[in-house]
Amino acid sequence: MMECKEFTCIACPRGCRLVVTVDDGVASVSGNACPKGATYGAQEAVQPMRTLTTTVTVEGSSRRRLPVRSSADLPLSRILDAMAALDPIVVRLPMRRGDIVVPDLLGLGVDIIATDNLAAPTSGVAQDADP
Amino acid sequence: MIHSVDTDIVVLGAGPAGLAAACAALEAGARVLVLEREDRLGGILKQCIHDGFGLVRYHERLSGPEYALRDVDRLERLGAQVMQEAFVSSTRRVDNGFELTCVDRGGVFAVRALALILATGCRERTDRQVFVQGDRPAGIYTAGLAQYMINIQGVLPGRRAVILGSGDIGLIMARRMTLEGMDVVAAHEVKPEPSGLSRNIHQCLEDYGIPLELSSTVTAVHGTKRVERVTVASVDGSMRPIAGTEHDIPCDTLILSVGLIPENELAQSLGVPLDPATKGPFVDQTMHTLVDGIFSCGNAVHVNDLADYVSESGEHAGASAARYVARRRDAPVTGMATRTLVPVRVDQGFLYAVPQYIDTSTLTDAVMYFRARRTMPSGAVVTAEAGGKTCFKASYPLVRPPEMERFVIPHDTLMGALAARRDDEGLGLRMEAR
Repeated sequence: MMECKEFTCIACPRGCRLVVTVDDGVASVSGNACPKGATYGAQEAVQPMRTLTTTVTVEGSSRRRLPVRSSADLPLSRILDAMAALDPIVVRLPMRRGDIVVPDLLGLGVDIIATDNLAAPTSGVAQDADP
Repeated sequence: MIHSVDTDIVVLGAGPAGLAAACAALEAGARVLVLEREDRLGGILKQCIHDGFGLVRYHERLSGPEYALRDVDRLERLGAQVMQEAFVSSTRRVDNGFELTCVDRGGVFAVRALALILATGCRERTDRQVFVQGDRPAGIYTAGLAQYMINIQGVLPGRRAVILGSGDIGLIMARRMTLEGMDVVAAHEVKPEPSGLSRNIHQCLEDYGIPLELSSTVTAVHGTKRVERVTVASVDGSMRPIAGTEHDIPCDTLILSVGLIPENELAQSLGVPLDPATKGPFVDQTMHTLVDGIFSCGNAVHVNDLADYVSESGEHAGASAARYVARRRDAPVTGMATRTLVPVRVDQGFLYAVPQYIDTSTLTDAVMYFRARRTMPSGAVVTAEAGGKTCFKASYPLVRPPEMERFVIPHDTLMGALAARRDDEGLGLRMEAR
């Protein structure tokens, strides 16, 4: 069975208009200006994959959120599940960019990693006053 | 007697433009002081947690904070003098440069410098700058403010949002609010085509089934304490609402993504002439404004679509300010060579082009940025010429006003063409349909 799909490539800001033909599970991509587009188009036709970027709660700092992202793309269909799984996560400082916040999220084979540096709060502030 | 700091170059603003400018100037051997109004460096990148930054500059897909940290780390390695939570309250020219009166947590202080780099970025257009009737209850936010609330403060701006405009920040926020559990009803764009990048329409709206209503706008806001609903209507070719097409959408939040304007209050106070087309200073290819010793870069000059190009212009401004300072130190004030500026003249096909002038007394290549006035679906051919000599020609498969284009004219080619020009002629840029 032959199937033809059209997408905007999201691999870079250029936004090429891709036409992807899937014939018997084999995808051929046209309209791409670079090899990234071919990879993206072939994947997009079968199972769209996305990088997740979001924030998690920080404990005991005036900085309330730590920005994070997935270490690799995950299925678009699992993005909302991933958000739900990250909702209860609370991190303690310090955190450095690249630190793993959640390993192997939902068994998807991707880690959630910090994308910013957050120093531990300086002393003198009651950090854990609430029981 | 107030405390006074002496330096070569003051960089105003530590977003991507200011950070790159400061680093480049330090690397070229100048003394640099960076003044930043916030308590952290990085500018708007701090709250841009989404990825897609750095593809041009680093060939990597970075989030905003990751992109900013690269320059912050570089600045630290170079040992820059940085003052945070610092504001400029007044400026004046002095014999040998500029004197700024500044305020920080320690009080008032003066800064003397030979050159200034204005890297003040841009600001969002607000509800006061677009024509929307009705009430002004709580619940109307610019996209950037909503982004700050969610990504920095960790609070949601509301539960059910309508977006006015289709700028990139609005599209990014449509996705962000959806991921955080808000209901995003639709994005309404008054123009017949979206103003954001195509990839953001795909990955921020289409991925989440959020409709984009083109030639449609919010005509009124209703609500007493909080937004209760908005009226939307289709618009005609002149962007006027069409009677009979209005309908109300219940919502508690209206997000505005209706454009960005370069921030140039400080530039104006220093008498720096601004280009009405960009709303930023006129600059030459070294990012030198028309006022001697004042440089500008990034979104203060013109609103870019990519942080990578903001940084690029910062690098140019920093390097050329350092060269300027070195010349200034070597020559007595009266002995400074004056610049020879040739205007860049664009035809009707362009919304604008930056730089607006070429300084023929410097040896740098010209990196040109431009936007097309109209979408040209079959593409466009752009040529640059002077004295009947073409010094650049390129074909673009598609040009759209929202997508900035960039090209480089090497120095020797440029000078060859400019040498052949007649006296009153500039460098002419032409755009023709393919």
